[in-house]
Amino acid sequence: MSDALTVNDLTCNFDVSAPWLNRVIERKPRQFVRAVDDISFSVPMGGCLSLVGESGCGKSTVARLVTGLYRASEGEVRFAPGKSGEPLSAQMIFQDPYASLNPRWRVRNIIAEPLRELKLRNSEAEIMERVGELLKIVGLAPSDGAKFPHEFSGGQRQRISIARALAGEPEFLVCDEPTSALDVSVQAQILNLMRKLQDEMGLTYLFISHDMSVVRHMSDRIAVMYLGRIVEEADTETLFANPRHPYTQLLLETIPDITHPKRGRSIAASEVPSPLNPPSGCTFHPRCPFADARCKSERPEMRSFADGSRAACHRIEETVKAINAA
Amino acid sequence: MTDHVQQTTPARKPSRLARFRQSDLWWSFTHKPSAIIGAVILTFLIVTAFAAPLIAPQNPFDPAQLELWNSELPPIWEADGQWPYVLGTDTQGRDMLSAILYGSRISILIGVASVVLSLAVGLSLGLVAGYFGRFIDNFLMRIGDVLLSIPTILIAILVSAVARQMLPPELRDVGSAAVLVLAITLSAWVQYARTVRAQTIVERGKEYVQAARLLKTPARRIMLKHILPNTLTPIMVAATLNFGMAILTEATLSFLGIGMPPSQPSLGTLIRLGNQFLFSGVWWVVLFPVVQLCLLVVSVNLLGDWLRDALNPKLR
Repeated sequence: MSDALTVNDLTCNFDVSAPWLNRVIERKPRQFVRAVDDISFSVPMGGCLSLVGESGCGKSTVARLVTGLYRASEGEVRFAPGKSGEPLSAQMIFQDPYASLNPRWRVRNIIAEPLRELKLRNSEAEIMERVGELLKIVGLAPSDGAKFPHEFSGGQRQRISIARALAGEPEFLVCDEPTSALDVSVQAQILNLMRKLQDEMGLTYLFISHDMSVVRHMSDRIAVMYLGRIVEEADTETLFANPRHPYTQLLLETIPDITHPKRGRSIAASEVPSPLNPPSGCTFHPRCPFADARCKSERPEMRSFADGSRAACHRIEETVKAINAA
Repeated sequence: MTDHVQQTTPARKPSRLARFRQSDLWWSFTHKPSAIIGAVILTFLIVTAFAAPLIAPQNPFDPAQLELWNSELPPIWEADGQWPYVLGTDTQGRDMLSAILYGSRISILIGVASVVLSLAVGLSLGLVAGYFGRFIDNFLMRIGDVLLSIPTILIAILVSAVARQMLPPELRDVGSAAVLVLAITLSAWVQYARTVRAQTIVERGKEYVQAARLLKTPARRIMLKHILPNTLTPIMVAATLNFGMAILTEATLSFLGIGMPPSQPSLGTLIRLGNQFLFSGVWWVVLFPVVQLCLLVVSVNLLGDWLRDALNPKLR
């Protein structure tokens, strides 16, 4: 299957320097945060790739780079040609259902905005008809279009966001933690709706989340991010059955287990290091139970494995060598 | 506001007026006596000021109607008072009631015009500065800082003095109102620009603006249709309070003799003219314009206070 989206060596630096005058007085240099550090991945047509990781690891920055809201410092984002021959059009579903809808617009105007801006319908009657259809598709009533966003619950607002994203007739949807602001029962409804839409419309998803169980439900393939880098990428079932990278193992341990609610978790006590001043070598080494001197000095390269997974870790490399030697 | 579409369902919704009467704003208005008093006084002052040609006994701008033997008549309840000079006359026989009504009209018009003009300048510059940030933001806000560091009155004096010298003599009377509006605007726009800029920076980071940017919506349309409506609440409060300030600034400038000329007196001009005769016992020439000015500004401020409280979600 061909790839809908290819991302090569994507890097994004943010300038977080103090204002010029302060820099001169305090004699500080310019300061940059490398939010996304040389990452590559691809999403197959009609598939769903998930990016997972803790807060601040650069997941949302990747989402905004892919949709073009941020400009990449280096690297490229390439969409494959869609049905029309043009590159695939991407739309985005945002995290916060309260900030993603303009509080002063009626819902029908929010959903009609892509239709109007992209001139997808000719007459006002056609636009309103399409808005009604979209509201029905996401499980709301066409008459809800006359209301304002504050009249809806979080889950309903997220449905409205989905309807607006669909109004742009995208073939590619970037979902930036679409369910993290919702409670668990509503999360399931929204996820099932998104799965259904994917099947019916042949959408391709780039799904971003910090919740491993949500990701397992949604994706074909998972990329684990840590401090701006991808540390492991594998098919969903492979990743859950055989997590290679110590960080992935740590993440999987955080999933609540209904059969062992009080099992001990060996979560690394420390917080995520500051991206302003990332650790040398493998950025995970301060929290890694297996770290040695090499991890502190040398950045691990991404290695591919026979089952199609990739991981960047010295320990895996050494284990593989030891097995081969034996 | 952003409703482009006719209601498609049959109109079972209450009318705009009925909905307004059910709103929080109306409720807080009816439960705040100071706001009601302010609104009643302000309405009365505005109606009488604009009905001046119909209800005033005299046209104070028409020298032919002034009779010098009627000069310095006291108010009607004093011993020498004469009908129809209810509030007395000044040294030129001008009826004070008429002068105050016409003067209020000029004061209110200048106040409204300067608020509208400074809103237009402040909103657009604030939106542009907040939305684009970087150099434009720094440039506009530093200009604003410089203007704010000079007292309003000083800027206004400078502008009106310079403009007055540049205007040809025959235009001075006509142009003085425009010069006043310009002078007040020059220092008043900064406050709006700052408020809007701060709010714009907040709104620009919100996801609905990013969603609009994904659609390649032009920046101008994002600013006008998405961001501006969400910044208007604090602006409404500031504009109401500034309306009172603008009237006061105008009065101050006219009092100092660089505002409206005596041939077209505003309240400030009347106070200046009357002030000269205060010690000769002709107190009514200065007192009544002062009372009118106070009433006007206080009622505007009462409304502004109510609006500020009513629109503040933390005080609900």
